[in-house]
Amino acid sequence: MIRFDNVSKVYAKQTHPALRDVSLEVERGEFVFLVGSSGSGKSTFLRLILREERASQGQVHVLGKDLARISNWKVPQMRRQLGTVFQDFRLLPNKTVAENVAFAQEVIGKSKGEIRKSVPQVLDLVGLGGKEDRMPGELSGGEQQRVAIARAFVNRPKLLIADEPTGNLDPQTSVGIMKLLDRINRTGTTVVMATHDQNIVDQMRKRVIELEKGRLVRDQARGVYGYQH
Amino acid sequence: MRAQFVLSEIGVGLRRNLTMTFAVIVSVALSLALFGGSLLMSDQVNSMKGYWYDKVNVSIFLCNKSDAESDPNCAKGAITSEQRKQIQTDLDKMPVVDTITHETSDEAYKHYKEQFGDSPLAASLTPDQMQESFRIKLKDPEKYQVIATAFDGRDGVQSVQDQKGILDNLFELLNGMNWAARAVMAMMLVVALMLIVNTVRVSAFSRRRETGIMRLVGASGFYIQAPFIMEAAVAGLIGGGVACAFLLIARYFIIDHGLALSEKLNLINFIGWDAVLTKLPLILATSLLMPALAAFFALRKYLKV
Repeated sequence: MIRFDNVSKVYAKQTHPALRDVSLEVERGEFVFLVGSSGSGKSTFLRLILREERASQGQVHVLGKDLARISNWKVPQMRRQLGTVFQDFRLLPNKTVAENVAFAQEVIGKSKGEIRKSVPQVLDLVGLGGKEDRMPGELSGGEQQRVAIARAFVNRPKLLIADEPTGNLDPQTSVGIMKLLDRINRTGTTVVMATHDQNIVDQMRKRVIELEKGRLVRDQARGVYGYQH
Repeated sequence: MRAQFVLSEIGVGLRRNLTMTFAVIVSVALSLALFGGSLLMSDQVNSMKGYWYDKVNVSIFLCNKSDAESDPNCAKGAITSEQRKQIQTDLDKMPVVDTITHETSDEAYKHYKEQFGDSPLAASLTPDQMQESFRIKLKDPEKYQVIATAFDGRDGVQSVQDQKGILDNLFELLNGMNWAARAVMAMMLVVALMLIVNTVRVSAFSRRRETGIMRLVGASGFYIQAPFIMEAAVAGLIGGGVACAFLLIARYFIIDHGLALSEKLNLINFIGWDAVLTKLPLILATSLLMPALAAFFALRKYLKV
């Protein structure tokens, strides 16, 4: 699903690489936590998968494709098979819950009939049935993140990238979001989640990848947040 | 691509940026009106030049029967064939003369018809009212005076005219105005383009949330850019429409009514509606494509796709 071969990334005008010689593989259907302190390279790792950035050295394969080799105009096609969730939700404040989810389908040219069918379905899945016509501002943080997850999942991506999805949420709400991501993972979708949330990582007992100053320092199946535990 | 979605995005964009959109429309309208005006002015100059303008320097007009009755220069009657032959031989001998063309009254009538075809004055003319003439091209156009002294006042000669002298001052004025119009047009065009670039930038910034999400869910570059480009194109097209209306109104008020130059200067052959109408498609196409292209290039800088 994802394969990094000796990947390094140096941003322009910076001397220290954001990623150094990272090699790893994520299989289809896995649930992977990406941990590490701020500046450890987590965001760069995710940006490389999304092809927001290109690797300076080494190769990044996502969904069986070498990202260095797909041309710019084919990137959108590739991104349609990925879903993305962020800490700050990134909802459109002037659209209702249903419209926010539908937006992800409208802009890739899905038909109205298809949208009418899949939006209520995915809203039910994330536990927001009945709140289709609410505005994001009227929802709690946890509910807003559920909308964002619905939007990321409505096109049935094979891979879900979550960048600190619980970063703005209280622990109890976070547990709900993690249950939801777990459920999505069980439908066969690979999930890669960057997080600082120690409790969550410790509870879930999934694979943990740790970055430190751009290096891969730990890759542990059924791991916990830090060595001390 | 769902048309309804794109159209609603364009409407939202244009309204959000109402003042900028208005500025784009006005500047596009002004620059294209000047562009069209300059094209029409060239047409006007060409239509005034007439058949002989670029071909000869001096014309010797000969007396015909109606001149003999009305013109003091022709008091001794219409030209005789001997007088005509004498003028021809004298001209042949003059070293400053390059070429000589003899225009009969029938030919003069034909050329007049070509230039003033549909004017009421032309309809009342008959071929024998036209003057026959010698049209002379000089080796040195400045030597007009040599011909004038030799033939002015001679029997059978109605007048000697420096062909360019009459119109050159006017043409120089029109040409100067034309260049001024083009200079202003060029500056307005730069203003219009910079406004479009800026509008696109503001627009891209105010919609960065939407475009960011579009990128993430895999909307194609075209789909993301289309609303911006079409916003610029729609604003430009409105500006182009205004420019077209302006040209039509200007022709109406300057030539037909208002200033009514066609009545005051009825010897000048003014451009017709067809000259204006043929410019309109060009103006509309420019108003559509130029802003669209400007937006396209601006997006490459201000919108990540």
